[in-house]
Amino acid sequence: MRLLTHNMLACNIKGVTNGYPLRLEAEKWVEKEVNFNADFLRSVFPKIEWPALVGAVRALGCHDLLPQDAPNPSALDSDDDFLRRFHRALLQLHVEEGALVCPETGRRFPISKGIPNMLLHEDEV
Amino acid sequence: MDHSFDVNSLNPDMIDKKRSNKLASSKMLSNIAQIPLVSQHPEVYEPCDDSFALVDALLADRTNLLNLQPRFCMEVGCGSGYVIASLAIMLHQGCSGAQYFATDINPQAAETTASTLEAHGVHAEIICTDLASGLRKRLAGMMDVIVVNPPYVPTPEEEVGCEGITASWAGGENGRKVIDRILPIVHSLLSEKGWFYMVTLTANNPSQICSMMREMGYASRIVVQRSTEEESLHIIKFWREHMEKKGSGSWISQFPLLSFWRSSGGSSS
Repeated sequence: MRLLTHNMLACNIKGVTNGYPLRLEAEKWVEKEVNFNADFLRSVFPKIEWPALVGAVRALGCHDLLPQDAPNPSALDSDDDFLRRFHRALLQLHVEEGALVCPETGRRFPISKGIPNMLLHEDEV
Repeated sequence: MDHSFDVNSLNPDMIDKKRSNKLASSKMLSNIAQIPLVSQHPEVYEPCDDSFALVDALLADRTNLLNLQPRFCMEVGCGSGYVIASLAIMLHQGCSGAQYFATDINPQAAETTASTLEAHGVHAEIICTDLASGLRKRLAGMMDVIVVNPPYVPTPEEEVGCEGITASWAGGENGRKVIDRILPIVHSLLSEKGWFYMVTLTANNPSQICSMMREMGYASRIVVQRSTEEESLHIIKFWREHMEKKGSGSWISQFPLLSFWRSSGGSSS
């Protein structure tokens, strides 16, 4: 699971209103090379919840990869170093084993072999 | 001097080399997933006529898809991974920045898809979930391509959403139970320029599906129509109607779908 996906996932339990962002617990993660595509990064940047992404990279122990505050969008055009870091955070870090935890209910959704399992129990639908 | 090409005049080594080059390049240039590389599991639906028809529809529309330049693509109910792997492979060269998502309610299908993608050297983010549950809020309006080969077989209602492979085909009354849940989800996920491809069976009453989509603002056309011994399959493509008015010029083969259904599928229900 890439951190892009973490950024897009919310708790789906019925009645939960503050199910985002899911807290990331990473037991095992790997980095995989992904083709760098500046156009994609620029177009997806406005869709990203910055604090959730920063929280996720820190959960992996990468404390200095991203700035705490979202940069001005102009950095995407002028700051190549930032764009590379954003690329790495969003697409290259893969969580293999761990869990996603709902901030409201504490419900844990396991991540196994890189696949988050968001299936609900009968009483949660 | 005559330089016209004659295979027989080449020495045998040259011919062998040409042959092996051709084989190597055909493997490399293969623009869909290869069956021997598709993973299998007893509880996961294997690629079958419907999967092939869906991939053929995507291939038939490949030039349009490359022009669309999708940023986000998604398969709901990815099963073996054959379809999402094929989509990623066929768009690999022309849309390098595209991101792929694949969901399945069956954990074994999710894992099988992961193996299939890995065997082909392509990537999709796989989420084990019911349709797009958990993704709908944040991905709303972002999907440029959605493909679905739904559980469309008419079955007793209680078989719908069962564990294991049954979930891949059991569609309830008229095979519509899951399809009818998918349509509003697709509507919320699809981007303004987005395209949605879905497999349907005559028994699903496709004309009614098209009418329901039309009420939500979508035009439709049949991309592939195929009859097998057991079933008559249609791969239908949907897109927001206002795109058509802009005159993109890519709808040459479009024809009035509803009248087609009226004339050919009226006796199905």
